[in-house]
Amino acid sequence: MNSIIRTEALVRQFGNVRAVDGVSIDVPPGIVFGFLGPNGAGKTTTIRLLLGLLEPTAGRAEVFGLDTRASGAQVREQCGALLEHTGLYERLTALDNLEFYGRVWRMNSGERLARAKELLESFGLWERRNDTVSGWSRGMKQKLAVARALFHRPKLIFLDEPTAGLDPVAAAALRDDLQTLVSRQGVTVFLTTHNLPEAEKLCAQVAVIRQGKLLAVGSPQSLRGQENNRVEITGRNINESALAAVRAYPDVTGVEQKDSRLTITLLPGADSAPILTALMQAGVLVDEVHKGRASLEEAFLDLVEEEK
Amino acid sequence: MITDIITIIGKEFKEIFLLRGSFRSTILNLLIIVGLAGIFFPAQMGTTWLTNPTGLLTWSWLPLFLVMGVVADSFAGERERHTLETLLASRLPDRAILFGKICAAVLYGWGMAVVTILLGAITVNVMHPGEGVRFYPLNSFLTAVALSFLAALLISSIGVLVSLHSATTRQAYQKMSMGFLIIWFIPLLLQFLPESITRPMIQSLAHLNLGQVMGGLLTILVVANIVMLFLAVNRFRRDRLILD
Repeated sequence: MNSIIRTEALVRQFGNVRAVDGVSIDVPPGIVFGFLGPNGAGKTTTIRLLLGLLEPTAGRAEVFGLDTRASGAQVREQCGALLEHTGLYERLTALDNLEFYGRVWRMNSGERLARAKELLESFGLWERRNDTVSGWSRGMKQKLAVARALFHRPKLIFLDEPTAGLDPVAAAALRDDLQTLVSRQGVTVFLTTHNLPEAEKLCAQVAVIRQGKLLAVGSPQSLRGQENNRVEITGRNINESALAAVRAYPDVTGVEQKDSRLTITLLPGADSAPILTALMQAGVLVDEVHKGRASLEEAFLDLVEEEK
Repeated sequence: MITDIITIIGKEFKEIFLLRGSFRSTILNLLIIVGLAGIFFPAQMGTTWLTNPTGLLTWSWLPLFLVMGVVADSFAGERERHTLETLLASRLPDRAILFGKICAAVLYGWGMAVVTILLGAITVNVMHPGEGVRFYPLNSFLTAVALSFLAALLISSIGVLVSLHSATTRQAYQKMSMGFLIIWFIPLLLQFLPESITRPMIQSLAHLNLGQVMGGLLTILVVANIVMLFLAVNRFRRDRLILD
C-alpha cells in the first residue's frame, strides 16, 4: 500500500450541484496533507466521503486500501476526526468527553486516564478537566476537540480547520504537536485550512480545490514554483512612465502596483538588475527590494483566480 | 456490540441527568412525578391501590412521559448541538448508536415506572399498616411491569424515529406531543360514530375481563414495538443523518 488515501475521479452530487467533481488524489502515509480551498469548495464533503459518512455518486475512494463505500466502519475504526464543529458534549466535563470517546475506542480505564492527562496537560487544560465544557472559550473547546481526535492514537487524522479560534501561541503549539506526531509516530494528517502560511509550514503536500474540482496537487514548494520569480519593490514616486519602462522588458510577464508596492513577475531565470536600473532612471526612489518565489497564499490566490 | 451499546447508554444517562442544566433540577422533576404516582395516589387510595389493579395500571404509566423528553433529544438534540457528525464519524456501529439511545430512554422511563410501582406498595404499607407486608397480586404486578416496559420501548422507538426526522429537540417534542394528543382523542371521537357501529364494540368489550384486555394490550404493544424497531433500524442511515 503506497497511499494511505487514494481517490479516483471521486464525485459527489447533491441535486444539480457537484460538491466534489472528479477529484483524484494520492496521500502517502506519514505526512501532513493540506486540502485547501475557499468556503464551499468541497473540502468537508471530501472528508465525509473519505470517512465513509457519505457515499460517492461516482468514482472511488480508498483509505488504508479499503473502499470507503463498502468498508466505512473499518476505515473509521482507524481514524480520528475533528470535523466542521468541535462535536463536544457541552453539558459534560472535559474529562467526561475524553472518557466517552476513550470507551468508544475500547481503551481501558488506566489508559484513558493516562492519555487524558497527557493530552490535557499538553494543551494546558488539565486544571480545567472537571469543568463543564459549555463555559469554555472557543479556543479551549477547539483544543479539547483536537485532543479528542488524537485520543485513541489513530493512524490517520482528519482535521477540519484545527487552529480556527486558537490564539497564536496555542496554534503554534498545535502545529508543533502535529509535526511531532507525524515525524515520531508516522501518523498521517489530512488537514483542511484557510490559513495558508500554516499549510506552508506544516504540509508536505497540498491540494487546491475549488467548486469541487481539483486545481493543483503537489508540495507547497512546487505550487509556489509553478509561478515565475517575483520581485517586490517598495518605493516612492512610482509613476506611469516607470511602469511602462518595466513592462517594456521581454522578461517581465506581470506588473502589479498597490500603493507604494510594486510586484513584478519575471520569466524563470530572468535577471532583475536591469529592471531596477530602469525604474530608478524613471525617477522611482527604491526603499526595499525583495526577490523570491510567490508565497503559497499568492500561488493559491492565483490558482483560484485563474479558474474563475 | 453490547459494550458499545453500554457506552452509549452511559453517555446518555450522564446527559439525561444534566438535561436541564443541573443534576439537582433533574432530580427534582423526577421526584415530582414519582412522588405523585408512587406516593400521593397510593396514599389516597389505601389498600385498594394494591388490590384493585385499575389504579396501578393507570398511574404507573405516568413516568413514561419522561421518556418523551429524553428520546426527543436523542438524535435531534445531537444534531442541534453539532455532536452528531462526530459521533457518526467514530467507530461505533449504526446499531450500537441506535439501540444505545433506545435502551437509555427505555431504562430511564421503565426504571422510573418500576420504582413508582414498588414505591406505591411501600407507601400503602406505611400509610395504611395492616397485618404483615402486603403486595400487589403477582399477575397484576407482572402485567404492570411488562406493560410499562413495552410502552417505554414503544415511546422510545417512535421517539427515535421522530427525532431522526427532526432538526431540533423542540420540533421532535412538538411532533411527539401532537401524535400522542391525537391518540388520546381517539376514544373521545368514538362517541361520534353511529350507534350501529359502537354498540357491537361496547357489547364485545363488556364480555372481556381485565386479563383478556391486558393480554390484548400486551399483544398490540409487542407487534407495534416490532414494527417501530424495524422502521427505526431501516431509517438509521449515516448519510441521511448527516445530510438531513
